[in-house]
Amino acid sequence: MSALLSMIDPVLAANLLDGFGNVLTPENLLLAAAGVTLGTLVGVLPGIGPALTIALLLPLTFNFSDPTGAFILFAGIYAGGMYGGSTTSILLNTPGESSSVATAIEGHQMARRGRARAALATAAIGSFVAGTIGIVLLTFVAQPVASLAVKFRPEDYFMLALIAFASVTTLVARSMTRGLISLFLGILIGCVGIDQLTGQPRLTAGVDQLGNGVDIVIVAVGLFAVGEALHMAAKLKKGTDDDEIIDPDGDTVVEDDDLPERRFLGMRRKRNRWLSREDARRSWKPWLRGAAIGFPFGALPAGGAEVPTFLSYATEKKLTKHPEEFGKGAIEGVAGPEAANNASFSGTLVPLLTLGIPTSATAAIMLAAFQVFNLQPGPELFDEQSDLVWTLIASLYVGNVLLLLLNLPMIRVWVKVLEVPRPLLYAGILAFATLGVYSLSGSTTEVLVMYVIGVAGFFMRRYDFPVAPVILGVILGPVMEVQGRRALVGAEGDLSVFFSRPLTIGLLTVAIVALVLPYLPAIVARLRGRKDGRKLVFGDED
Amino acid sequence: MSNTTLRWAIGGLLAVLCLVAVAMPGGESGGDDGPYPGRRISIMAPADPGGGWDTTARALQSTIREEFAENGGADVYNVGGAGGTLGLSQLVSKADGDPYQLMVMGLVMLGAIETNRSPVSVDDVTPIATLTTDAEVLAVPAASPLKDVDDLVAALKRDPGAVRFGGGSAGGTDQLLVGELAKTVGVEPARTTYIAHSGGGEAVTAILSGSVDVGVSGISDFQSQIEAGKMRVLAVSAPTSTKIDGKALPTLKESGVDLELTNWRGIVAPPGITAEQRAKVTAFVQRVVASKTWEENLGRFDWTPFVRTGPQLDAFVDTEQRRVKTVVSDLGLGE
Repeated sequence: MSALLSMIDPVLAANLLDGFGNVLTPENLLLAAAGVTLGTLVGVLPGIGPALTIALLLPLTFNFSDPTGAFILFAGIYAGGMYGGSTTSILLNTPGESSSVATAIEGHQMARRGRARAALATAAIGSFVAGTIGIVLLTFVAQPVASLAVKFRPEDYFMLALIAFASVTTLVARSMTRGLISLFLGILIGCVGIDQLTGQPRLTAGVDQLGNGVDIVIVAVGLFAVGEALHMAAKLKKGTDDDEIIDPDGDTVVEDDDLPERRFLGMRRKRNRWLSREDARRSWKPWLRGAAIGFPFGALPAGGAEVPTFLSYATEKKLTKHPEEFGKGAIEGVAGPEAANNASFSGTLVPLLTLGIPTSATAAIMLAAFQVFNLQPGPELFDEQSDLVWTLIASLYVGNVLLLLLNLPMIRVWVKVLEVPRPLLYAGILAFATLGVYSLSGSTTEVLVMYVIGVAGFFMRRYDFPVAPVILGVILGPVMEVQGRRALVGAEGDLSVFFSRPLTIGLLTVAIVALVLPYLPAIVARLRGRKDGRKLVFGDED
Repeated sequence: MSNTTLRWAIGGLLAVLCLVAVAMPGGESGGDDGPYPGRRISIMAPADPGGGWDTTARALQSTIREEFAENGGADVYNVGGAGGTLGLSQLVSKADGDPYQLMVMGLVMLGAIETNRSPVSVDDVTPIATLTTDAEVLAVPAASPLKDVDDLVAALKRDPGAVRFGGGSAGGTDQLLVGELAKTVGVEPARTTYIAHSGGGEAVTAILSGSVDVGVSGISDFQSQIEAGKMRVLAVSAPTSTKIDGKALPTLKESGVDLELTNWRGIVAPPGITAEQRAKVTAFVQRVVASKTWEENLGRFDWTPFVRTGPQLDAFVDTEQRRVKTVVSDLGLGE
């Protein structure tokens, strides 16, 4: 590999090799393994995500003499969490993470037809392939983006936030109104606290503890852990039968009227193989397409892994040669979204490391982790903490390999995790979330705030409001506001600052395109004289 | 592995996670009459982990652990937010009369009290000692047309709003320096343009992107950029000159502006402790800052020692409070 890298860029190769040198110490390898294992565990459990886990581990890492170890651990948790969600989706039809919803559609159907092993295998290998492609792209893209990012001014950051909002509201929600309501709820939560530019408290209702704003961890735990647990518990009462866990080694084969019996028998005989040649042949293209969709969407501030996974699902559904299988367990529908999911994770690290802009809740917590160690992600990070950055990137390669090695052989362990009785699991999640938030803040106010947000999250799920835009609003709302005001303060109030530099205008154009693009099919249809043109949407069921 | 074993293993893992979650700072009482410290000390850093106060608290903790551990050592916990005023009000309301609950604070807190119109002030706690100072620097991008302090003063006088200063939070030491600089050279402080950032690190990015003309921050935030030749120092605000890369940096005074301002940090105890208790705590802190481990910490973090205690400290805090009050109102903050 070193020869290959040297041909491309000697400095990059040297940096990356140094990074590998740092990762391949026993201590760091152990941290990477611990990270991916823990990440997979919390990814498998519905309701507890990597954001909460990293937030809880944050205080422990103060004792690390070197921040590198902490970031290797966190990156492992993030990557593991992305992977773990697929297991739950496939075997239980309960996506552990919002980004695994698309996987559940076909994955669970495959499992019900006795093809759980193939579904898990295509998810695992697809994650590995796409994850590795994503990391390779990150390796080559990060430094150039960082060099470009040096030129970014407040008005440009403002435009980046605008792009994010435009793409999220139009892409994520089935209804733009619902998407906007969610987004504005998030922005409202983000406004709480002492204003950074003037030092005045806003929306704190006289409560001192709110002066610091509502911590992103509290919002994430409230919305995802508490909201999800309440929602699932409410559904549980109705007694749906979908909760059955499918043992990947068992004989559970659901009777099916639609598929030719002979095909089924053929697959049944091959049940103990992870991935048949046919499966692999049908999977590799979706893996690559998933990576191609996932990485750029993760890198753009467009709201994490939900959009690319659904986009990948829609693409595979359109391109498949087996359209009759979609909805009944098409392997392409698992391979594509899972690949997109993992590639988007590497993509998320591009804006996080080079611009200091988090595009998902977990990335926001990782940003907080950087600040704990007095490091400011941004273009300077590549100069000042070159070692740390490249060790982190190298640890992603290692973590990806570890995930592949860990997950398929250990699938029985994860199945056991899922066998925890539902009521205990949800009660456990609530207890865990409460303790976690209390230990972070040491204040009951924050715990109350978390439950208020959790109940709001429950009703949002119940009445079909998308949850992802809330988090994005909380994260990027303040970014947009502060950067917009900084730009104006710097320009002494002259609005033309938003239209004066080519970079700013370019970003503004992207935002407008992001807003209009989903309506293009409708507009084109209208122009051709048809009235039935529909807006492009990607479902959001997190 | 059998089913049961696995369930126990997973249950055990979850239990450990829960224990980790509950491990948090707690206090106990008792033993207040003997020599100080008779039990474990709690030190609050009224900021999120990673900043100057947090580092100061942790440096104190490590010194106590190394050299004075026989009496129980020290805990550090963080109560972040609002320039430290949240931590201040917590100390006042929850630790009244307990000499084992100490809090790190500094000039930034005085600014925040005024800017946020905090209902509690430093008058509500018992000052123990100042500990360190950090020099502030005024720095520009390498390609800036401003060559020295004279250029900066001239530019400010020409059009006060046109010089974009960038530094840490609103009303913090960085902005106080801008306000005092303007006032000293005869420019109305309220007309200066100051762009607040969450910290010196974020300000560096802004300075290098050209969206800020002059960066103001602690010297350590800018040091690596200065050494890399990407930023130039116009002046330091300390009374004596500092060296970076062997080159002496001019002070504001040497550059003809009669102004000194350093970002000092200190430690306070809760209200309601007796004069005797205050004397004991002060004596202990004096022993801590005279120790070898503390000396090493000073070197490690590039802090200038600045120890004042007793009546001298009271007078100092008083002067600084009045000074900050004036600048904050001159800047038009906290209105």
